[in-house]
Amino acid sequence: MMAKGMLIIGAGECGGQAALALRDLGYDGPVTLVGDEPHLPYERPPLSKDAMTSDAPAIKAIASDEILAERSIRHIHSVQAMAIDRATHGVRLSDGSVLPYSKLLLATGSVPRRLPMPGIGPRCVYLRTFNDALAIRAHLRARNRIAIVGGGFIGLELAAAARGLGATVTVIEAQQRILMRGVPAEIAKIIHETHQAEGVKILCGDAIAAIADDGAQVRIALAGGQDIVADLAVIGIGAVPVTGLAAEAGLTIDNGIAVDAELRTSDPDIFAAGDCCSFPLAVYGGRRVRLEAWRNAQEQGALAAKNMLGAGEAHAAVPWFWSDQYGLTLQISGLSDEGSKVVRRDLDDGAFILFHLAEDGRLVAASGIGPGNSVARDIRLAEMLIAKRAKPAPEALGSQTIKLKSLLAA
Amino acid sequence: MSDWVEACGADDIDEEDVMRFDHDGRTFAIYRSPDDEYFATDGLCTHEKVHLADGLVMDDIIECPKHNGRFNYKTGAARGAPVCVNLRTYPVKLDAGKILIQIG
Repeated sequence: MMAKGMLIIGAGECGGQAALALRDLGYDGPVTLVGDEPHLPYERPPLSKDAMTSDAPAIKAIASDEILAERSIRHIHSVQAMAIDRATHGVRLSDGSVLPYSKLLLATGSVPRRLPMPGIGPRCVYLRTFNDALAIRAHLRARNRIAIVGGGFIGLELAAAARGLGATVTVIEAQQRILMRGVPAEIAKIIHETHQAEGVKILCGDAIAAIADDGAQVRIALAGGQDIVADLAVIGIGAVPVTGLAAEAGLTIDNGIAVDAELRTSDPDIFAAGDCCSFPLAVYGGRRVRLEAWRNAQEQGALAAKNMLGAGEAHAAVPWFWSDQYGLTLQISGLSDEGSKVVRRDLDDGAFILFHLAEDGRLVAASGIGPGNSVARDIRLAEMLIAKRAKPAPEALGSQTIKLKSLLAA
Repeated sequence: MSDWVEACGADDIDEEDVMRFDHDGRTFAIYRSPDDEYFATDGLCTHEKVHLADGLVMDDIIECPKHNGRFNYKTGAARGAPVCVNLRTYPVKLDAGKILIQIG
């Protein structure tokens, strides 16, 4: 049975980590990693940051050719997976070949949500891949006026990078404030003010009425009457999971490829992990979520590998993500919408953490912002408290003199 | 070998904690373990050059503050993704309440 081996569709963070994990776990059958990009598996977080500002951008590979060879991981790049034949356990690729599997992992990720408007042209771009980043980077260096559609993380990180390169930057956000999804208003405000102080113009609460892109510049007409003219518009309005392959194979889709706590799809021989899947989050009573986060991709890739080998281990991690803009780092662990009360803890240098508590006093999330890595340690400790379903005393959380680590032992 | 350098006082670091030490253009991390021993490693994570001293010490593990890369600070061994390159470690000795490291 095992001779067919392990097949992974999608060679990003999740797929790459899954392939490495299979070998770490001692699996010695065939491991094949299929990706539609021409590159080695690489980390995406730098694409909106260092890849823009660095003089010589390069992929940050998860595994080099040497490591893939040494670990007998076959990496097939620049091809699409076209169809899964569940009955025969095979996946047909765009080059016509068919790869057999005994267990299959779908790590197909997500793609930028498209702005469904007429008038979008060549000066309206999206960021997902390293090649996208190179194209945007070339524009940022050659042009001056940059419009960012969407005040989410990708857009704001790009705005910071573009300002660093001297561009004139306007961010357009349809909601009443930036970072509506998952970031408390108190923290979004700090980020908003920092961008303004750096010279970024942020327009919130105004919808786009029309876009005209003549190939040299983009004119964005806002419903409120303003016209933004830019040499380049980067659209960052969220991501959608890549589910086509799974859906056509008849797997259950529910805001992503639906998996159980062990990351198994509705077919017991097919797993899904990372951005493309929705899964039950144990720490919030099995609430079904889909995460678009680097660490989740990494952890779920590794967990899927274990379970493809029969470990039967349930996902238990607490969501975590970060964003870097200018000298500030934001880190959030947990989902703040689970909370109903907030306790603030001030740290040095203007850094602070908001602890989100549920009605029953349980710590459900922590959101922190500050210069450099000033909030990292406490956010990590908060994550452990969340995982333990702890109910720390609000006074202790708010007190600078009580170490969070001491609450963990309690 | 006489390249022992005074890094800090023994009491400057809490138990199960870490402190940054810069010397001669280099940066190190000095650790005090839960069983009250001292250790030293290079100061920057091997993944993305982040100061480990901002990270969390749990037992004999230091976790990078940026992406949670983990190392055993006693041996320097990398403990899983995203780190795969070990940390360099340095000999440490305690002398009259001072922590000295041999940075050779």
